[in-house]
Amino acid sequence: MLKTTSRLVAWLSVPTLLLTSGHVLAEENGRSTVNMPQGVTSTSQDIYGLHMDIFWWCVGIGVVVFGVMFYSMIVHRKANGAKAANFHESTMLEIVWTVVPFLILILMAWPATKSLVKLYDTSESDVDIVITGYQWFWKYEYLDQGVSFFSRLSTPEEQIRNQAPKGDNYLLEVDEPLLIPTNKKVRFLVTSNDVIHSWWVPDLAVKRDAIPGYVNESWTYVNEPGTFRGVCAELCGKDHGFMPVVVKAVEEGEYNTWLADRRAQAEKEKELANKTFTFDELMVQGEQVYGKACAACHGANGEGGVGKAIAGSPIATGDLSGHLDIVINGSQVNPAMAAFRETLSEVDTAAVITYQRNAFGNSTGDAVQPIDILKFKQGN
Amino acid sequence: MAHGPAKGFTRWLYTTNHKDIGSMYLWFSFAMFLLGGVFALVIRAELFEPGLQIVEPGFFNQMTTMHGLVMVFGAVMPAFVGLANWMIPMMVGAPDMALPRMNNWSFWILPFAFAMMVATLFMEGGGPNFGWTFYAPLSTTYAPPSVTFFIFAVHIMGASSIMGSINIIATILNMRAPGMTLMKMPLFVWTWLITAYLLIAVMPVLAGVVTMMLMDIHFGTSFFDAAGGGDPVLFQHVFWFFGHPEVYIMILPAFGIVSAIIPTFARKPLFGYSSMVYATASIAFLSFIVWAHHMFTVGMPIAGELFFMYATMLIAVPTGVKVFNWVTTMFRGAMTFETPMLFSIAFVILFTIGGFSGLMLAIAPADFQYHDTYFVVAHFHYVLVPGAIFSITAGVYYWLPKWCGNMYNETMGKTQFWMAFIGLNLTFFPMHFVGLAGMQRRVPDYNQFFADFNMISSCGAFLFGAAQIMLLYNVISTIRGGKKATDEVWENPEGLEWTVASPAPYHTFSTPPAVK
Ligand code: HEC
Ligand code: HEM
Ligand SMILES: [Cu+2]
Ligand SMILES: [Cu+2]
Repeated sequence: MLKTTSRLVAWLSVPTLLLTSGHVLAEENGRSTVNMPQGVTSTSQDIYGLHMDIFWWCVGIGVVVFGVMFYSMIVHRKANGAKAANFHESTMLEIVWTVVPFLILILMAWPATKSLVKLYDTSESDVDIVITGYQWFWKYEYLDQGVSFFSRLSTPEEQIRNQAPKGDNYLLEVDEPLLIPTNKKVRFLVTSNDVIHSWWVPDLAVKRDAIPGYVNESWTYVNEPGTFRGVCAELCGKDHGFMPVVVKAVEEGEYNTWLADRRAQAEKEKELANKTFTFDELMVQGEQVYGKACAACHGANGEGGVGKAIAGSPIATGDLSGHLDIVINGSQVNPAMAAFRETLSEVDTAAVITYQRNAFGNSTGDAVQPIDILKFKQGN
Repeated sequence: MAHGPAKGFTRWLYTTNHKDIGSMYLWFSFAMFLLGGVFALVIRAELFEPGLQIVEPGFFNQMTTMHGLVMVFGAVMPAFVGLANWMIPMMVGAPDMALPRMNNWSFWILPFAFAMMVATLFMEGGGPNFGWTFYAPLSTTYAPPSVTFFIFAVHIMGASSIMGSINIIATILNMRAPGMTLMKMPLFVWTWLITAYLLIAVMPVLAGVVTMMLMDIHFGTSFFDAAGGGDPVLFQHVFWFFGHPEVYIMILPAFGIVSAIIPTFARKPLFGYSSMVYATASIAFLSFIVWAHHMFTVGMPIAGELFFMYATMLIAVPTGVKVFNWVTTMFRGAMTFETPMLFSIAFVILFTIGGFSGLMLAIAPADFQYHDTYFVVAHFHYVLVPGAIFSITAGVYYWLPKWCGNMYNETMGKTQFWMAFIGLNLTFFPMHFVGLAGMQRRVPDYNQFFADFNMISSCGAFLFGAAQIMLLYNVISTIRGGKKATDEVWENPEGLEWTVASPAPYHTFSTPPAVK
């Protein structure tokens, strides 16, 4: 609190000085706090160049216009004994100040057109990645590689609720970043599963709307390894501010090893789906899945919120197939309860359903196995 | 015949007098301005520091949405209609508006529309939470149930605007005093004439898009539902076909107001009157062919992208002409700086800054970085707050002595100006920085990286809010008393409104004045 107050006082006491002071122009961790990042790709640098060009044009025009204006305000004031002139027309002037701005615009339009053409050239890519927006996380799918996963915010709730100090990458960190190889043209195919999102990474200067029913294309080419952080830019509902993007560019060798690992892991998960778990295993895992994927709406203690209460719920304590149906296929009446068919693995689905049926005072005693989930999915 | 107003509440309920209706519009709009301001302060309070402190994200979204809707449809538009009601008949030498009964009706449906819209905040599932742009499918398939009331409210507001516009057009075209040719009309009348045509052209489009939403939500159509073969991008095209002219609807009458005020206090005629008229008309025309500059990232084909980029850059030309004309009007004048002039000068400077960021946004490749960030929020507040709000405030100070016969308190007026001016710049200038540095809009929380500037913004917002309370106080005390104003009020102002007594009698120009 003290820190807050002193910061506040400091900021307020010198508001004008501050706008020009060195502090504001200083960079934090190599990033400007006041300007667009130059980024790490040739497109992002082109865009930065355009941005600075048009900015300086504006400054130049501003200096002229405001110069004349302030000159008049200082010199041509009645208090100084100024006598008003009476001119009020000049076709010559009107033509000049129509034509000159027009020429400046043409000077800007040319490089802008060139960058746009480059930005739109998504041909001949080396790696294709399908990006799907969900409320409120991303799915990354490496085309023809058999690898796909979800990427969610990993900032703990305690930091957001101010119960723990905030980390450096507060709200800009995910459980699993998107890996891309350096020195390869990577094409992004962006779409959405529900509402419109927008996948944005400033350092790559890639911003593409993720729109249901559309596949938008974009691309990038990163030279040096690094981690680049971005966000969802289009309002997509409650947790729009909580679905960051993290892209990690790594050397090709490392990328290939990682891809192979992910593929093997995917195989293993498929096998797990055939395994039989004990009730306790399911409950332990179920609790975790519940905390990650359901508690936001159903409450940490199953008391409900956006979603209905799970404690004593007729569905969670009633017929199992009804419970499977709403979790796997979503609610017919309220889209907030989304279908988890794709976003939860069979094992996780089995675990969370087992958990809901046996926690918060519910005690059906049911232990649902992954194979039950698989069968249900195939049947429906 | 020269009877005065009726007594009591029914005066206001049944009135067909353009001055009464103008006053009601202005008071209504001020109330909405305060309400929208409170919503903005909730937003700024939450954004004072990183972390969630005051409101939940779901409610935060309702606040941004309601703030935008209330400010656009509740504060700015009715304020301009109010000024039009008061001033247009007096400026063209007409006894009243052409369609006085419709005038009454178009005002009185507004309070109902807004009562309904604000009531949605208390409904199950909360109020609209999908941004003032209400993009489908967030506003259809995924909307709270109250969206139906929102749609109904938008329909009523649209009807009100259309009726208001018809009335204004009819008045201007049919009721001018003999000798008041089109090219002699004050610019405020000209800009409103053009604005009214814009409104008639695009309000039905807005009504269309909300009706399509209604059909999607309740009648099983799939205009915007991709799963049913619909197209979410279609929504954006239709919305912005309305939305872009809408932003000019909020600025053209402002151009008219400052074009009246600057010559008065520079004591020099407006420079380039006819080029101002032509510039306004070109802006209005161009405003119909630039809508997709709000959609550069939706994945349009490159030809579309280029077309909308060029067309948007082109709008800078007539807008520049206006600014140059105002500056040249000031050049070699004999200026004084009463409150209306201060607001008008701030208008020219800050609106130009907003125009600069607009020009930057027009560069499509750069817009890929700017779009949906706080840079955009900074841009449109620089054009809306100093643009619309400052010009309205300037107009109120300028004409208030004519309306109520008393001079306002100049010291308080100037104090209010400086508070508003400093507050505004503290609030919105830093938003350019955080936007460029990567903060997206419509979020309740952010990384510490953006913390300092957000804190400054929040402090500025409260200062700006305080300035508005001072405006309210100044206006009320002027109405209740103060130094008597002369009929001319200012030194040699131009316009028929200054030829009638102060306060303007209940009925003016029952016989048309002679216009030289
Ligand atoms: C975004 C919010 C949200 C999330 C996240 C969510 N639910 Fe739901 N859930 C709802 C809503 C809303 C309903 C009520 C649906 C209805 O009325 O049909 C619901 C209903 C249910 C029901 C039926 C309750 C009843 O008594 O009708 C079950 C079971 C359920 N959800 C399980 C889950 C599980 C398991 C998860 C996590 C994997 C989950 N939900 C995550 C919002 C959510
Ligand atoms: C008291 C002065 C004001 C303050 C402090 C303020 C503050 C804000 C802030 C912080 C946002 C961004 C919300 C977000 O993206 O999270 C916003 C959005 C907006 N404001 Fe204001 N504002 C003010 C006045 C106005 C006025 C006068 C208008 C209109 C004439 C206006 C129109 C809008 C619109 C249209 C939006 C977009 C809403 C949306 O994102 O859907 N604001 N305002
Ligand atoms: Cu989002
Ligand atoms: Cu626009």
